[in-house]
Amino acid sequence: MSATDIHDPNRRDFLYVATGMAAVVGAGAVAWPFIDQMRPDASTLALASVEVDVSSLQPGSSLIVKWRGKPVVVRNRTEKEMKDGAAVSLNDLKDPIARNANLAADAPATDANRTTPGKEAWMVMVQVCTHLGCIPLGQEGDFGGWFCPCHGSQYDTAGRIRKGPAPENMAIPVYQFISDTKIRIG
Amino acid sequence: MSEGHSTYTPKNGIERWFDARMPLPRLVYDSFVAYPVPRNLNYMWTFGGILSIMLAAQILTGIVLAMHYTSDTNLAFDSVEKIMRDVNSGWLLRYLHSNGASFFFVAVYIHIFRGLFYGSYKAPRELLWILGCIIYLLMMATGFMGYVLPWGQMSFWGATVITGFFSAIPLVGNWIQELLLGGFAVDNPTLNRFFALHYLLPFMIAGVVVLHIWALHVVGQSNPTGIEVKSKTDTVPFTPYATIKDAFGMMVFLFVFAYFVFYLPNYLGHPDNYTVANPLKTPAHIVPEWYFLPFYAILRAITFNIGPINSKLGGVLCMFGAIAMLFLVPWLDTSKVRSAVYRPWYKLFFWLFVADAILLGWLGSQPAEGSYVFMAQMATLFYFAFFLVIMPVLGLIETPRRMPNSITEAVLEKNKRAGGYPTGAAAAPETKG
Repeated sequence: MSATDIHDPNRRDFLYVATGMAAVVGAGAVAWPFIDQMRPDASTLALASVEVDVSSLQPGSSLIVKWRGKPVVVRNRTEKEMKDGAAVSLNDLKDPIARNANLAADAPATDANRTTPGKEAWMVMVQVCTHLGCIPLGQEGDFGGWFCPCHGSQYDTAGRIRKGPAPENMAIPVYQFISDTKIRIG
Repeated sequence: MSEGHSTYTPKNGIERWFDARMPLPRLVYDSFVAYPVPRNLNYMWTFGGILSIMLAAQILTGIVLAMHYTSDTNLAFDSVEKIMRDVNSGWLLRYLHSNGASFFFVAVYIHIFRGLFYGSYKAPRELLWILGCIIYLLMMATGFMGYVLPWGQMSFWGATVITGFFSAIPLVGNWIQELLLGGFAVDNPTLNRFFALHYLLPFMIAGVVVLHIWALHVVGQSNPTGIEVKSKTDTVPFTPYATIKDAFGMMVFLFVFAYFVFYLPNYLGHPDNYTVANPLKTPAHIVPEWYFLPFYAILRAITFNIGPINSKLGGVLCMFGAIAMLFLVPWLDTSKVRSAVYRPWYKLFFWLFVADAILLGWLGSQPAEGSYVFMAQMATLFYFAFFLVIMPVLGLIETPRRMPNSITEAVLEKNKRAGGYPTGAAAAPETKG
């Protein structure tokens, strides 16, 4: 090979590059199923929605259902708890975003945005601490909402992070009242 | 000691036959019999051998336990109890395996601190050190996944918290977390893949151990003086000198190990792990296995946002950064002198660092509240300062002690002071008995 060949791509160079590219694409195509199989499978996704009967829930009490392997709390808030939640100024919130899957991604974290219109007493929320995934305890903590025993995060009555290491408000899943006493989550 | 001439001579027809086709006996002879080791190695140098035997023991007990274990969330906890109660000698095998993990980490921590004290990571041993760091990372992954398998409360919540680290990564965090878990929370797919990986990783560790030993045998062992081997009088053959010393070290170590297995089998575990996993209830106080506690303390010490990095991501970055420091040590230490024996200031800071690591471990076991948080923050600060400030600066400003010219001289000086052996025996130990 003379020096000029290096600067003058010929048919052989093209074949090398094309072969190399084909090998890379082939390797990627083989690797993908191995990565893809790790994602949540069809049976896990099939459990994506549950229906809950909340007729027995008195104000001040709550119940927990398992949805996608995680606990979802349904809490019937008292008048005082609703008032406490509504009285909080957005400036006092560590995370000013509603984190409500039923609303736009940038909706502000007002008490109303954390609930459903006409059903402001009801908090339906994934009761998983946004820090490292522990289950906070309900009706506890400085703000009367939730308290996480793992690393001390405190949430208010609308499930918004107020104190401690958690970065976000607890997530609100997609849900709707299919009747006055029945909620479908997911 | 770069690989010199092989001194192996086949003794009979069979050995000659093998030597001409696949010289495995030659490799073993050159690596573990004739291999020259510095004559001044102390008992801190026996932990490499101890770690090898612990790895072999963990693989052996682990394979046997896998024959009785079921990796299904409905059956896993009961299958472990079945091992404890029904399987013949099952209790012994499980306690050997669970305490073996702890003692594997005891040995690896001594081994790592040995390296930090004697500067074993310095040129030309950087790659040897980094391979060791990779083994340590693999050990942590294996230990973590193994702890999930009994499917107790700590298994479940430890897995939840640790896989939760990945959700701190911006943008792709949740996707990665779901990929690791195979669902939206720790569940059956998670347990199954952890079991498969827990079985696989020890063999990967064994593979990297081979590379680690290969690199070691190219550059030769360091020694307490940190002075390179210069002449034949600086070394003794691996067998019988190192073999016997390693064997004695192993015996003492295994003696302590056996004491825990038979008399304190649950001392290093957590009682909550004898409660079956419950995804709807978090234990009051989640703690990882003791060997992760210093890093857990660092994770929890970051309770404040650092600029655009929120406290959660900051904690995770610091925790992984604490391990990453080890990989950088060969380049962070600027001193020309290897061993802390001749570095009075480094020696002081080394022991402060050991105390700091133990303090972090203790803080990791305490609840993250009140003055513990502040103490953890200070200890974390010192941890990083040791690597990023003290190591580079000390190497430039410290005046080392006078060093002997060779290992032989160091040994003779020491013996003269102690009024020990006649110089003849110390000068040519390989010719004596």
